[in-house]
Amino acid sequence: MQIDKSKFPIIYGHDPRKGEMFQVVNEEGEIVNPDFMPDLTDEQLFEIYTWLIRMRISDEKANNLQRQGRMGTYPSIYGQEACQIGAVWPQEKSDWLVPTFRENGMMWMKGVPLEQTYLYWIGNEKGSEFAEDLNMLPVAIPVGSHTIHAAGIGWAERIKGGNNVAVCSFSDGATSEGDFHAAMNFAGVFKTKCVFFCQNNQYAISTHRNIQTASDTIAEKAFGYGLPGVMIDGNDVFAVIATMTEALKLAREFNTTTLIEAVTYRLGAHTTSDNPKIYREDSEVEEWAKKEPLIRLDKLLRAKGILDDEKAAKVEEDARQEVSIAAKKALEAENPKITDMFDYLLSETYPELEEQKQQLIEETNE
Amino acid sequence: MSRELKIVEAINEALFQGMERDERVMVLGEDVGIEGGVFRVTSGLQEKFGKDRCVDTPLTETGILGAAVGLAINGMIPVCEIQFDGFIWPGFDHIINHIARFRTRTRGRITTPVIIRVPFGGGIHALEHHSESMEAVFSHIPGINVVIPSNPHDAKGLLLSALQSPDPTIFLEPKKIYRAIKEDVPEAHYTVDTKKAQVLREGNDVTIISYGAMMRETKLALTEYLKTNELDFELIDLVSLSPIDYETVIKSAEKTGRVLIVNEEPRTCGLAAELAAVIQEKALLSLKAPIERVTGFDVIMPLLKMEDHYIPGPKRIINGLTKVLNF
Repeated sequence: MQIDKSKFPIIYGHDPRKGEMFQVVNEEGEIVNPDFMPDLTDEQLFEIYTWLIRMRISDEKANNLQRQGRMGTYPSIYGQEACQIGAVWPQEKSDWLVPTFRENGMMWMKGVPLEQTYLYWIGNEKGSEFAEDLNMLPVAIPVGSHTIHAAGIGWAERIKGGNNVAVCSFSDGATSEGDFHAAMNFAGVFKTKCVFFCQNNQYAISTHRNIQTASDTIAEKAFGYGLPGVMIDGNDVFAVIATMTEALKLAREFNTTTLIEAVTYRLGAHTTSDNPKIYREDSEVEEWAKKEPLIRLDKLLRAKGILDDEKAAKVEEDARQEVSIAAKKALEAENPKITDMFDYLLSETYPELEEQKQQLIEETNE
Repeated sequence: MSRELKIVEAINEALFQGMERDERVMVLGEDVGIEGGVFRVTSGLQEKFGKDRCVDTPLTETGILGAAVGLAINGMIPVCEIQFDGFIWPGFDHIINHIARFRTRTRGRITTPVIIRVPFGGGIHALEHHSESMEAVFSHIPGINVVIPSNPHDAKGLLLSALQSPDPTIFLEPKKIYRAIKEDVPEAHYTVDTKKAQVLREGNDVTIISYGAMMRETKLALTEYLKTNELDFELIDLVSLSPIDYETVIKSAEKTGRVLIVNEEPRTCGLAAELAAVIQEKALLSLKAPIERVTGFDVIMPLLKMEDHYIPGPKRIINGLTKVLNF
């Protein structure tokens, strides 16, 4: 089926090789690209704002829990909320989300209760036990490894004649792993139903994106695999929503996978184990902080009369309460059973394994 | 002259001295440069030796280990850092199919003296894929040495020794005790034999074999056990996981007749199983009890909440000890 490229003006109309970056709302909160502004009601705009605040506060809470020794290592999404919201907002419920480990917000929007995400970072296996009807893989810590899994899911979807799209999210560091290239190649060759969403947050721990690749953009890597690639402002939630909407349609209707490079910045540390002051200047962080997603969204909504101080305070208060309840639930949750590590291993147990299980039970009861 | 160092500091000093002595030595890996590695093992190296000799690579273990093959073939001595044990697998192809094989394939003409440093094992409450003990997988590969220190002194000496070896080495770094043990380490350059197990204490009642971070747990268990019992134990730090110094192991097994092996890997097809097989082959008639393995379980390493139930602690070690003594 021939793709009418004019129907996908964002993806086919912005060439990353020419340095073109798609944006809808600029850093000042001005709609600079009105033709592409997603058709959203005032209520929906307010909902997007609410999500952003909830994500930011949930992130702050997780960092605090870690500092208090009540959570393990935690990867912050601070500054990347537009990517988190925009990548999920246009998805159908049955679409797949294949995350790496900096998708806490995406997972929440997709349907994972916040307390469950907290549980995972607390180090409790129940954090990956999602609801049966949720098409989502658990967190993938080995960087880039999940991209090829997403290609497999999107491939199977085409074979089955299904209509769901596998959205795979990863960061700039992942594009160096061989698996990413295998994923892109399979996506092209096997016409998979996928969207590859790269949150280019400029750093893989201390390694700057310029050390990651010598190419000017990440988006242009798509062309070598016969796929479309587009670079967008990843701090502009409307640019992300609009682009993801097109990419989902392209995958769903034309079995064509898009590589979206969403240019953003990790304002926080890589994880709570990281000290970014070692490898980046405060001045650089301050420059990017001016472009972060909340400032422009706040300005836009106030200009439209959707938001004022009173409403903002209420959103924040509600979010703090919600997050606090989620944290409490996660902290009070029971640990997995000591035997879970044996019982979830395979569909059937075997004598040697039972013997080891018994050994652990006896050891624990002593 | 010596002063007290931790394992991280001892390895760092070995890298400094190795790079100073031989300009072919270079360090490459993820975040090893400006950051000095996530555990700070390579701290200060880029500052001192420049970006060409302490290299922040793109995030690809295939790239790091694969490029190391070419670097080594063309005259460099690459020291690769794999950030965490669980991340080595994309590069495994280069270890098993190339680094370990070039000497054999080229009948000794081409060698690949690559050192692969890997923070190793559990116990630091890290994330998924950050805590596994898969040493037997490496020891199973013919053509590559596998070494693991259990203290700062050996960490420095073993790494300096590996740097002088014409053969490749997987250098496992017990991350749980990276900073837990501080002891005297000579300032000067020295080497520790990478092929030799060390008898840490001589005794007649039982041979206890361990290595890496589990050596510390084993010592803790023994301290506990000795509070209420008497025991003339012989303690062996295996040090080299490939090749294994069976001479030392068998001599001890023949003397004591009882053997306890402590490590944290999954039990099946592990190093402990291999040791037990060879001990019974060579010293069967000296044995007074079945060889006892105290290991992790044949399961996926649990997340941090349940991690301590997987890793052998003093309790499991004492149970194993009691079993082998009371048979």
